[in-house]
Amino acid sequence: MNIVVVGLSHKTASVDIREKVAFAPNHMEKPLQELVALPDITEGVIVSTCNRVEIYATTHDVAGGMARLKRFLADYHTIPLETLEPHLYSHYGEAAIRHVFRVASSLDSMVVGEPQILGQIKTSYGYAAEFRSSGIILNRFLHKAFSVAKRVRTETRIASSAVSVSFAAVELAKKIFGDLTDKTVMLVGAGEMCELAAKHFLNNGVRGVMVTNRTYERAVRLAEEFGGRPVNFDDFIEQLHKADIILSSTGATHFIIGARDVEEVIRRRRQKPMFFIDIAVPRDIDPKVNDVQNVYLYDMDDLQGVVATNLEQRNKEAEKAERIIDQEIGQFFKWLSSLEVTPTIVALRSRFEEVRRAELEKTLATWKELPPDGQKRLEALTSAIVNKLLHNPTSTLKRTGQGGRTDLYVDALRQLFELETEVPQEEELGELEE
Amino acid sequence: MNALLFYSTLGLYAIATAAYLAYLLKPQPPLGRAARWLITSGFVLHALFTLSRYLEAGHTPITNLHESLSFFSLAVVGVFIAFERRYKVLILGSFVTPLALLLMLASSIYPSNIPELPPALKSNWLLVHSSLAFVSYATFAVAFGAAIMYLIQEHFLKKKRLGALYQKLPSLDVLDEINYRCLTFGFPLLTIAIITGAIWAETAWGTYWSWDPKETWSLITWFIYAALLHGRLTTGWRGKKAAILAIVGFGILLFTFLGVNLLPSESQHSYDRLLGGVDK
Repeated sequence: MNIVVVGLSHKTASVDIREKVAFAPNHMEKPLQELVALPDITEGVIVSTCNRVEIYATTHDVAGGMARLKRFLADYHTIPLETLEPHLYSHYGEAAIRHVFRVASSLDSMVVGEPQILGQIKTSYGYAAEFRSSGIILNRFLHKAFSVAKRVRTETRIASSAVSVSFAAVELAKKIFGDLTDKTVMLVGAGEMCELAAKHFLNNGVRGVMVTNRTYERAVRLAEEFGGRPVNFDDFIEQLHKADIILSSTGATHFIIGARDVEEVIRRRRQKPMFFIDIAVPRDIDPKVNDVQNVYLYDMDDLQGVVATNLEQRNKEAEKAERIIDQEIGQFFKWLSSLEVTPTIVALRSRFEEVRRAELEKTLATWKELPPDGQKRLEALTSAIVNKLLHNPTSTLKRTGQGGRTDLYVDALRQLFELETEVPQEEELGELEE
Repeated sequence: MNALLFYSTLGLYAIATAAYLAYLLKPQPPLGRAARWLITSGFVLHALFTLSRYLEAGHTPITNLHESLSFFSLAVVGVFIAFERRYKVLILGSFVTPLALLLMLASSIYPSNIPELPPALKSNWLLVHSSLAFVSYATFAVAFGAAIMYLIQEHFLKKKRLGALYQKLPSLDVLDEINYRCLTFGFPLLTIAIITGAIWAETAWGTYWSWDPKETWSLITWFIYAALLHGRLTTGWRGKKAAILAIVGFGILLFTFLGVNLLPSESQHSYDRLLGGVDK
C-alpha cells in the first residue's frame, strides 16, 4: 500500500489558480466520498487552505492513483486538466510522507513557522474522519504528522520568532510588560501599518485603546472601530501618561514627541515602563527618547532589524526541524511497510493450504484400498511438506518486517501467488505500534 | 553520616547547577525538569543534613563558617525554589544555583567540627536571630540573581540586540516583580533579625548596640534596602535603578557576612572570637 500526495500550493500556483481548486470547508462530504469512490483509491483526505489544496490518499497503483487524483481535482472544479497540470506536484512513498510532515510542521508555509497550518490540517482530517474517507493508514499517518509537528514546535524555536513588523512589536511588548491584558495602547495618527499593529495588540489582549489624529473625526471613527476612545490631537501629550504602548505614524515632518516630553510623562507615571513604536517615515519620535529610563523606543528600521534577525534564526531552526522529520520518516515508513507483512503471510499460508487440501481430497476420493491409518498419514505428510516449504519465506518476511525493503517481497509474493490481502483492522495492529 | 549528607548535597547542587547552566544554553523542557528535580532533592538532603547536625550539636548549626555558609546556601535554595514555583521562571535557576553551589564549596573548605559554645551564646536567640538573618540574606540573593537578569535583558532591549539569550530571558516586568517581592519579604526579616540580635546582645553582652563592625555593616545594609523600598513605594524606583541597588545591597550584605569574619577585626560576631573565648 502506498501513500500518495497530489496538490498545489503558494509555491506552484498563484492565487487565481488556488482559489479555483479550493474546496468549501462546510461541504466536504461530497468531494470526500467521490474521492474514495475512485478506482483503487482506498483512503483519502483533502486539505484546502488559502495557500494550498492537497489530496492525501492510499493506493496500490501509484502511477494510476496519482493520475486519477489529478483528473479528480480538475474534473471536480471543472477546469481543463491541461491548465491545472503544470501547477500540480505529486509525491509517493517516502517523499509523500516527508511532504506531509513538512507541511504540518509549517516548514512549507508561506510564513515558515506560522502556527495555523497544523489546525487547518487537523480540521481537514476531522472531515475525513467524519465522512469515513480516511482509514487505518491515513489515520495513523496524520496522527503521526501531528505528533511530528508538535515535536518540531517544542524542540525547535521555529515558531517563536515574529517575522512581520507588527508581530515583532507585539513580541517586544511582551518582553517588556510580560502580560498585556491590563495595558493601554495609544494610536497617534493613522495608517495601514499602524492599524494592523493595533489589531495585533488587541488580539493579544490589550485592554484599552486611545486614538488621536489631526482630524478629530478620523480619531473618533478609528476609536469606534477599535472600541477605544478618541483624544484631541492638541493635548495628546497630556494624555500620554495613560498609555503604556504608543504607536505613532503621522505624516509630520518633524518630531512630535520629544525626549523632554517623555521624561515628564514617565515621572508622572512613577517610572512605569513605556514602549514607543515609531512606524512613521520621517520619524515622529525623537530617538533620544530611547535614553530615558524605563522607556523603549523602536522605529521602523529597528523593527525591521528584529525581523531580519528572527528570519535568520528561523532558518537555522528550520534545519533542526528537517533533521527531526528525517528521524520520524524512518520510523513511520517502517511501520507502513510492516503493515502488510502479517496479512501477506496469512494469505500465502491459506493459498498453500487450499492447494494441499484440494489435492489430498482428490487422492483420497479415488484410493479404494486405503490402509486404516492411511488418511492420517497422508495428512501428516502433506502438512509437513507445506510447513517446510513455507518456513523459510515466512521467517525472512517477518525479519524484514523490522526494516529493509519489505514492500518488494510483499509485492513479489502477491504477484507470484496471486494473493488477495485484506488490510487488517485497527485493533489487530496494536503490536505494530512503534 | 553528616559528611555523607553534606557531600551528597554538594554533589546534587553541582549537577543541578550544571543542568541549569545547560538549560540556559539549550532551553529544552526535559532538561529544565531534571534541573528542578535535582535542586529539590538536593534541598531535601541539605535540610536533613542541617537537622541531623542540629540534633548532634544540641544547638542551631550556625556557629562557625562551615555551618553558616551551608545554612546560607540552604536558605538560598529554599527561597529560590519558592520563587521559581510562584513565578514559573525556571531560568532564574541558572543565575541563583551557582551562588548556592559556591556557598557550599566555600563551606566544605572550613573544618566541620562541632564547636563548643560559650555559655553566653547558648540561647534560643541563636536560632531566631541567625536563621532569620540568613533567610533574609537568601531572599536578597534571589533578588540579586533577578537583578542581574534584569540588567542583561534591559541592555538587550535598549540596544536592540535581540539574540538567543534575549529570547530565553523572561520579561522585564516579571524580573522587576521578583526583585520587588524579594525586597518585601527580605526587608522585614532583616529588620526582625537586627532587632532580635539587639535583644540577644543585651542579655548576652549587657548592651543592645555596641557599634561592633558587624552591627555597623548590618545597619548600612539595612539602610540600603530601606532606601530601595522607600524609593519604590514613593517615587517609583523600579527597573534598572532598583536592579542596580539590589546588586549593590547584596554586595554590602556579603561583606557584612564574610568581611567581618575574614578580615582581621575586633567584631564580637567573628566566629573565631565568638568561639575563641572558650578554647583559650
